[in-house]
Amino acid sequence: MSVTLPDAIAPPALKSCPPAAQPAQPVPPSPQATTDAIETIWCDADHLIRQMQYLKTDQAQNYRLLLDITAIDERQRTHRPHPNCADFTLLYHVLRPTDGKQLRVKIPLTQDALIAPTLCAVFPNANWYEREIWDMFGIRFAGHDNLRRILMPESWQGHPLRKDHYSRATERGPFVMQAATEQAEQYALRDSPALAGMIDDADDDPETMIINLGPNHPSLHGVLRLVVKLRGEEIIDVVPEIGFHHRGAEKIGERQSWHSFIPYTDRIDYVAGVMNNFPYVMGVEQLAGITVPARAQMIRIMLAEIFRIISHLVFFGTMVQDVGQLSPVFYVFTDRERALELIEMICGFRMHPSFFRIGGVAADLPQGWDGKVREFLAYLPKRLDEYQSMVMRNRIFKARTIGIGEYSAAEALDWGVTGPGLRATGIAFDYRKIHPYSGYDQLAFDIPIAQRGDCYNRVQLRLDEMRESLRIISQCLEQMPPGPVKSNHPLAMPMPREAVLHDIDTLIPHFLNATWGAVIPPGEVSTTIEATKGLNTYHLVSDGTTQPYRVRIRTPSFAHLQIIPAISRGAYLADLIAIIGSIDFVMADVDR
Amino acid sequence: MATGFFATDFGILILTLLKSLALIVPLLIGVAYLTYAERKVLAAVQLRKGPNVTGPFGLWQPFADAIKMLFKETIIPDGSNRYLFLFAPVITFGLAIIAWAVIPVNDHWAIANINVGMLYLFAISSLGVYGVIIAGWASNSKFAFLGAMRSAAQMVSYEVSIGLVILSVLVCTGSLNLNAIVLAQRHIWFAIPLLPMLVVFFISGLAETNRAPFDLPEGESEIVAGFFVEYSAMSFALFFLGEYANMILMSGMTTILFLGGWLSPIPFVPFTWVPGPIWFILKVAVCLFVFLWVRATLPRFRYDQLMQLGWKVFLPLSLGWLVLTASVLEIFGWLPHA
Repeated sequence: MSVTLPDAIAPPALKSCPPAAQPAQPVPPSPQATTDAIETIWCDADHLIRQMQYLKTDQAQNYRLLLDITAIDERQRTHRPHPNCADFTLLYHVLRPTDGKQLRVKIPLTQDALIAPTLCAVFPNANWYEREIWDMFGIRFAGHDNLRRILMPESWQGHPLRKDHYSRATERGPFVMQAATEQAEQYALRDSPALAGMIDDADDDPETMIINLGPNHPSLHGVLRLVVKLRGEEIIDVVPEIGFHHRGAEKIGERQSWHSFIPYTDRIDYVAGVMNNFPYVMGVEQLAGITVPARAQMIRIMLAEIFRIISHLVFFGTMVQDVGQLSPVFYVFTDRERALELIEMICGFRMHPSFFRIGGVAADLPQGWDGKVREFLAYLPKRLDEYQSMVMRNRIFKARTIGIGEYSAAEALDWGVTGPGLRATGIAFDYRKIHPYSGYDQLAFDIPIAQRGDCYNRVQLRLDEMRESLRIISQCLEQMPPGPVKSNHPLAMPMPREAVLHDIDTLIPHFLNATWGAVIPPGEVSTTIEATKGLNTYHLVSDGTTQPYRVRIRTPSFAHLQIIPAISRGAYLADLIAIIGSIDFVMADVDR
Repeated sequence: MATGFFATDFGILILTLLKSLALIVPLLIGVAYLTYAERKVLAAVQLRKGPNVTGPFGLWQPFADAIKMLFKETIIPDGSNRYLFLFAPVITFGLAIIAWAVIPVNDHWAIANINVGMLYLFAISSLGVYGVIIAGWASNSKFAFLGAMRSAAQMVSYEVSIGLVILSVLVCTGSLNLNAIVLAQRHIWFAIPLLPMLVVFFISGLAETNRAPFDLPEGESEIVAGFFVEYSAMSFALFFLGEYANMILMSGMTTILFLGGWLSPIPFVPFTWVPGPIWFILKVAVCLFVFLWVRATLPRFRYDQLMQLGWKVFLPLSLGWLVLTASVLEIFGWLPHA
């Protein structure tokens, strides 16, 4: 499976970022062995830009997509992965879209020199990731033009993902809101257009107006704030402000046992349920060396595809409602209800089933499940046909979405757009095909693509993808293998009852697993799946304890929000709403 | 005509007041039940039930809403122009009611059967934009301001094509008197020869009343509630009532101009026995249903697309049709000479 790409384009020049260096000779990399066989190289901060430039532009390398940048506080880590490893590690994660191959570049940083050069000039989407690292770890990026906090409020003291930062309120003194604090916080919010570089003294055009959409606004799908600079109805600039839905999922991960973190993952992309469990459990399984039985894999695929349909339905209804068509959202929620009934029947829960477990799934399929699934498979296609004629062929809807919010394939890659948003630009990049996981390679399905990369394409693609998901589900239905739904591995299953009662060698591991939780062998893995909105990656670091040392969650929504300003400038205010709707994000998925 | 007490000046005043009351009370009840009908129709389209708890089939719902609105606090935002802020909804609502003075619901059943009735209606509906602009400006809110700007542009643009449509009806009747316009349709409704004009008029009516798919001044998903975003309680309710009274007015005008007013659609015996007002109300109800139906079905236009439709499609179309109508009437000698 290979994907053809458009010719490389120069990244847009960013204000005050250093000019892009010429593609350079590769710095001799220093490889690290990893559990997941993803190539990992160590490099130092001075060579970072050249190394990344090389990885991006060299024809043989062609790592066009910057998947993620994150950091790890290594100060309390016992199992250091590499001799270069210092106090902090910056982790750059790139992906080659032609074959899905991933590569990690690591930069060691010592505590007294927490600074690295910014990557904005090479990969524009590095911008927010670097802000997030500054916010969470206090690592500075030289040359970054807007290094502000992104998830935490500007007034926050400390950097939460550092190991020395408390993780629960009980670990610090009681919090009291003083009137002065409150006022200061309010003023901090008020200042953000200026901080975002939006108010420019040279440009005090009386025709322009700054309006603030959100964090409470009927069509921003959650607590997103957009500061919009308008001339009349035309958008001059947009600055998205995020962080209102930040719940510290990554920090929580560091103090949960490996098993008990699963329910937290469900809440990250809260319309996609078990889709969030998927990369997490796959990661833990890789770390622990657990193989998942075929039946469990098939059940996982089936549930994930049902959730893909659920998520796309919600997207479709709300998007169409944002454009002003009031009725389809109700039809769509009726269909979603049918899908949720299936989920409820199988998992016992609706939105957040937490059904995937390390080594399998929580329970076998209930009796009569096939009949219900078959009913759903017969029911949905007719509804999709209706949506096609009711919405997609509506002339006003077309006028509102065709040619609006367009971006090219090269721009999409530069901004780290994946999933339907990338496929709408003509690149048939689907992680299920290009790098099949959990047995997707045994199933036949197509990758719908579109060419123009506008709002209309993005909506149309999701309708088409629902049909493909139905195809996958029907194959799961026909091919569901018999057998166990959970791997018989000591880290995944309780010890056999009989043995526990008779044999001290089984009783001790049972006792440890039940009280402390499973001890997962040390190592590092990144697991990526094609989630409903794009690539969802979990980077798990185990230090050989009962808890993850670091859980990094790379979500598609975070990446996708960054492209809003680039594609909204020059559009009308009403288009901005259509663009936001068509991007399909969930704020919990952005802020985690 | 009237004799005795009702022939005196004072008597005429009393009589007019009574007539107005007889119009306004049913009108307000009509508005109240239009909101109910809207919720029921939308609910039916969207596979929901709509209001069904307050009273049988939820029929008391409009009164419950009215009482709720009455008891809410009217919030006047800081920085708003207090007097204009409160005056704007009064203008909107007042104009929506005043226009009804010339609408005949049966032969000569109008409070003021004036000869320039059509012109009066046109003048009043043009003033409607002031309520919106003042509301948007006086609120001192950016969202309201954007809504008011949109609304001003929209209402003014569509007024032009409405004017031309009305003109093409007038050349067919030779009178500005609404009563005469209806009577001129005894043989054939204008809806049939002037069908394209009916369509243009109705769509412009949607725009004129800020209804979907032209509800940009409210544009819920973009500018929250547009020009009345800052309003609450009764000041909000007055806008609401005004909007719905305007919808009924637009439907009334459509009925009079194109659908033969109170005339029976089927010109033989059992149907001609049905009183005129019943026919009038039925026709208005059909138009209103289309208003609601459109809202449940169509997405919203964008601002520039709406302007394009008004100026580049409707204006040439209605102008062309006016010339065509006038030429046809002149050539065949059908012009209604006074």
